[in-house]
Amino acid sequence: MSYTPSIQQQLREDGKRRASRRSTAIALLSTLVVGAVLTIIVINAQGFSAVQESFFNAHYAKKAFPRIFDGILLNLRVLLIAEVCVLILGLAIAVARTTTSPVLYPLRLIATLYTDIFRGAPLLLVLLLVGLGIPGLRLSYIPNTAVFLGTVALVLTYSAYVAEVIRAGIEGVNPTQRQAARALGLSQSQTLQHVVLPQALRNVTPPLLNDLVSLQKDSGLISVLGAVDAIRAAGIETAQSFNFTPYVVAGGLFILLTIPLTRYTDWLIRRQDRAQKAQGLF
Amino acid sequence: MSSLLEIKGLRKAFGSNLVLDNINLDFPAGSATVIIGASGSGKSTLMRCINLLEELSDGQIFLDGRDISEYGINLDSVRGEIGSVFQAFNLFPHMTVLNNITLAPRLVGRKSREESESHAHYLLKRFGLSDKADAYPAHLSGGQQQRVAIIRAIATNPKILLLDEVTSALDPLLIAEVLSLIAELKADGITMVISTHEMGFAQQIADRVVFLDKGLVREAGAPQQFFGNPQSEELKKFLGALRSAGRL
Repeated sequence: MSYTPSIQQQLREDGKRRASRRSTAIALLSTLVVGAVLTIIVINAQGFSAVQESFFNAHYAKKAFPRIFDGILLNLRVLLIAEVCVLILGLAIAVARTTTSPVLYPLRLIATLYTDIFRGAPLLLVLLLVGLGIPGLRLSYIPNTAVFLGTVALVLTYSAYVAEVIRAGIEGVNPTQRQAARALGLSQSQTLQHVVLPQALRNVTPPLLNDLVSLQKDSGLISVLGAVDAIRAAGIETAQSFNFTPYVVAGGLFILLTIPLTRYTDWLIRRQDRAQKAQGLF
Repeated sequence: MSSLLEIKGLRKAFGSNLVLDNINLDFPAGSATVIIGASGSGKSTLMRCINLLEELSDGQIFLDGRDISEYGINLDSVRGEIGSVFQAFNLFPHMTVLNNITLAPRLVGRKSREESESHAHYLLKRFGLSDKADAYPAHLSGGQQQRVAIIRAIATNPKILLLDEVTSALDPLLIAEVLSLIAELKADGITMVISTHEMGFAQQIADRVVFLDKGLVREAGAPQQFFGNPQSEELKKFLGALRSAGRL
């Protein structure tokens, strides 16, 4: 026997359909109005044609693209290596800060000082100090290239942020989980490894990825040390043509670079929201 | 019967708040002791002192003749011999039922994965949870979660099993399935200490009932004597309140 919804249910569904059509129409209209207003303001601005000429010039965009593209590949390499190092170092620091054994006190002290310093110091300053200071030490076994030292500075700064996020995750795991594990006879480190960390990392994945997106775009700052990344390449092109279009091209490429991870983060957050609602927990 | 667990002069205070005062109890091997008392009477604290999740303020606890309250003892090895189940379902949410059960045997008991898994499958089958081996805790009912928690606690073959208000968060139908599992374990001869608000269950399973009131053991005895002919005023009042609430 097939099921036919009652008249009341059909009326409800008709109403819902009408409401949803109306919402779509309103959203479309309001977007068009806002878009039109913005366009009119920008086009009627006095300097519009001059700005269009010097920032959105197709000729210069095409000419500068190959060099900037080579640059963005360097950014890509730097950020991939930096991301892996940041995750490892950040995890190590976070775990070090949550230990309780008296033997490890110096480790906790170092980890705390480390996060205090590198969370507070501006990235640009760290880049300059590492990039210009370490070569001054004349350590023959450390490569003195701008790319290497720039990556080191990025890792130093972002590890501090990531460590704090992971630590928040560790402390956010319900204490009864730790107790249940200890009551089963698991040691401190077994509890951390098998019970606490897996839950902590899962809970903080979205904010972690957020920091990694931030790291991706900040990889452009290594240009201040002279590494020829996308920003530096755009600067070189601009210096030749006195046209700023290359910077816009570089900006566009950076946005493209970060979009996959941004979208993935959004998707992950939505999925976690759904899972928690489904469980009705927390 | 020789006593498996012996508590001598146990005292526990949180700051100036005295929660347990001079507790002296013997738990014979194979016996089931039920601890009853109002909320805040110290039942949970007593349980947590036994498995050393709380530091004692004074007194001694002997497990199988060994002083487990001695300073500097290896807590992990002691806890491995005591199975504990709490009121809230403390299953690990990121692990399947099977992994929840085999974690301690593998890490603490140093059993191989095959050995601990086949034992886990045997226990799950025995208690009607075979089809849940690969499920995550979030997909189980409260009663199933609590049964898994009990199976997890006995998977290490502990000398004694502590059950702290394991049915408090469950509805009556689910309570029944958890209680029947506990009754089966009792028939196996596992030594148990149970705190509960289920008086019917207490009468049915207990070899001895202990009444905790304001941190003191007011009365202890066999269920018939305990419920039928209470001696102390406090216990009479407590049982009277339960009766008028329809809980006894």
